[in-house]
Amino acid sequence: MDRRTTIKWVLSASAAWPLLGKPAGHADSALPVRGYGTDPDLLAVYRPGKLWLLTLTVPQRRLAGILADIIIPADDHSPSASAVGVVDFIDEWVSAPYPASQRDRPIVLGGFIWLDAEAARRFGKGFADLAATEQTGICDDICDESRTLTVLRDAARFFALYRDLTAGGFYSTPVGRKDVGYLGNVPLARFDGPPPALLRKLNLP
Amino acid sequence: MPFVTAKSHRSAYDVIVVGSGAAGGQSAYALCMDGAKVLMLEAGRRYSPATETPMFQTPDLAPLGAVGTPQKPFGFYDATVDGGWDVPGEPYVRASEEPAGRFEWWRARMLGGRTNHWGRISLRYGPYDFKPHRRDGLGFDWPIGYEDIAPYYDKVELLIGVYGSNEGLENTPDSSPGCLLPPPKPLVSDLLIAQRAKRLGIPAIPGHRAVLTRPLDFRHSPARLHPGNVTAQKILAEDMRNRAACIWATPCGRGCSIRANYQSTTVHLPPALTSGNLDITTDAMVYEVTLGRDGRANGVSFVDRTTGRQQHATARVVILAASACESVRILLNSKSAQFPNGLANSSGRLGRYLMDTVGSTVSGQIPLLESLPPLNEDAADGQQLYVPWWLYPDQRAGKLPFARGYHIEFGGGKRMPGYDTAAGIEWLTGGSYGVKFKQDVRRYYGSFVYFDGRGEMIPNDHSYCEIDPSVKDKWGIPVLRFHWRWSEHELRQAAHMQRTFADIIASMDGRTHGVVHSDGAKAIAPGGSIIHEVGGAIMGSDPKTSVANPWCQTWDVPNLFVTDGAVFASNADKNPTLTIMALAWRAADHILERMRRKEL
Repeated sequence: MDRRTTIKWVLSASAAWPLLGKPAGHADSALPVRGYGTDPDLLAVYRPGKLWLLTLTVPQRRLAGILADIIIPADDHSPSASAVGVVDFIDEWVSAPYPASQRDRPIVLGGFIWLDAEAARRFGKGFADLAATEQTGICDDICDESRTLTVLRDAARFFALYRDLTAGGFYSTPVGRKDVGYLGNVPLARFDGPPPALLRKLNLP
Repeated sequence: MPFVTAKSHRSAYDVIVVGSGAAGGQSAYALCMDGAKVLMLEAGRRYSPATETPMFQTPDLAPLGAVGTPQKPFGFYDATVDGGWDVPGEPYVRASEEPAGRFEWWRARMLGGRTNHWGRISLRYGPYDFKPHRRDGLGFDWPIGYEDIAPYYDKVELLIGVYGSNEGLENTPDSSPGCLLPPPKPLVSDLLIAQRAKRLGIPAIPGHRAVLTRPLDFRHSPARLHPGNVTAQKILAEDMRNRAACIWATPCGRGCSIRANYQSTTVHLPPALTSGNLDITTDAMVYEVTLGRDGRANGVSFVDRTTGRQQHATARVVILAASACESVRILLNSKSAQFPNGLANSSGRLGRYLMDTVGSTVSGQIPLLESLPPLNEDAADGQQLYVPWWLYPDQRAGKLPFARGYHIEFGGGKRMPGYDTAAGIEWLTGGSYGVKFKQDVRRYYGSFVYFDGRGEMIPNDHSYCEIDPSVKDKWGIPVLRFHWRWSEHELRQAAHMQRTFADIIASMDGRTHGVVHSDGAKAIAPGGSIIHEVGGAIMGSDPKTSVANPWCQTWDVPNLFVTDGAVFASNADKNPTLTIMALAWRAADHILERMRRKEL
């Protein structure tokens, strides 16, 4: 289906953005409201789940990983998002007691529901069970909010947030730092500034 | 036993210093090194940078990728303990929730206070900055001039270690020979900004930050700082030897376990403690300066946070250095028959003329900086270069619609990746995902630049704090209520910043991100949010219109001093910390001299 046809088809009907009541997830009532406090141990290692319960269900985590890997798949440079723990990162994020997380949680969970509904509407299956081209067919329609049809605006906002979360989790890891070529966070005896050849190339003094 | 509880306080100290940050640290250092017995009271907990600083921790080891939350607003690894815009159990009140009337108050509850996380930008006020009213008829002149404080700027720079350069620019003072450490090498983005800004007539010069770009001169500086005082020289030389130079890694805002930048806890307090003249009590929340029958301060009352009990300590002299607003709060809460409106408030000016810095930001993306080869650009953690205020001639010629200037802090480079590295970049990528997204992130990483304007606010009658009539903190201490209003000068200045930054980005063939505001009210950051709040107990030459005299001594109570930002009579664009320290050292020398003469 070409893009023009897709748009017509999408316009005719797309899955409605779900109106969530109480957020889904089995552990909501157990969400701690305290967070890590104002004086946490900064030297400890905090794995997701250490400070507050992770709340995504098994099917949600499966979908979370599939979508994260559509956004950041493995390539010649580095492995995929899910391979470096991004699902745990996102689960930690949407389960946290802070305002940003409380704001993002219904968007992410709503997005998951919307993806499945849209997949069912278009292809009669859950999003996780679609072929890769079918999945990207849906993602193409919501990946750029500025070019997205009005009826898909909520889904596009979800996708933008989810891409930020996926990238946030991925580029925070050693794999992500290496992927972009970050060389810092090592002690140096001296700092010599940029190499002269690079400055010449850029016509800088 | 330098860290003591209220139980083991001496029966009397020469001086009580309330607060342990830039002002308290500097006051205690100068007094102790010259033999005065000092008790320092800090509201927060004891804090040890050597053992608590997360130097090389990466965001994947922290909750939520180390992003800021209300409990750690500047990120998980920020040094601040028990602080931020909200301190649990210690509220404050805003008279208005309107954006234009909003004031935000950042506090820390830890030894060393906000010096543990601050930006280390250390700019001198210039001659104009002490006499602004004389130049344009607005605000107030200080009762001192640049020449009074210049020797103390030299001393503070020698002691704490500040990098920078002498450029001989208007109202941007040079330091005495040997005071500054060499500036760090600029980044690629710094050099590009400097090159393009210069074409617009905007000068970029080396920044001034309290970071050791090489070891301190422990052989010569101690004698310059403490002439004739062999004991002090020995203590300081040993301490300077124990401070390492910068290792060109890890953000300064986390604090520095190797003591390569200035924080009170790594620079002022260790030698003061070594002198044997300093006792420190942490968790001591001072709420009142007590008055003797002779009308002089005889000590302070505080809540011991560990027991909740009220305690009292006595001394010949009391120095408030609790931060501008906290010191004002203590004075306003120190009511007596003699001072029904708060101590040292016979002028009625206590709490008045609160100022912050005008702040405005524009960021952009620079195609010339895309896809550069991998480089280690941690450098000095920013401010390798900056732009001092450069439009004095235009202002003199009446070509600008506002009084007073601003400087520009800017940055870019290949910073440690984290949550922000690839967030919200669809304005560049068109919403890519998949392998293309990864390519886009590599392409754009390190190609972003930001410009922060930091400008002078003129004191006005509508920006002040007072005691709220009903709200108390968890210790039962009445809290502050803030009133805030910008004048047209600040709003127009903020709009001017936006246009200037957009011009610089355009001159780099870059793209600005987001709206460039021509409306100053939309361009300006809320009051207090730059965390340069000063004023509230301003110094002056007339007891009727000011709270303190040129020595930071309150007009009303001769043995009561305020050495923090509260005494500022103006808030030049230059970040206040270096000036706070210079004033505090000058006041300490004055106190020592008066004590020797038995006048205090």
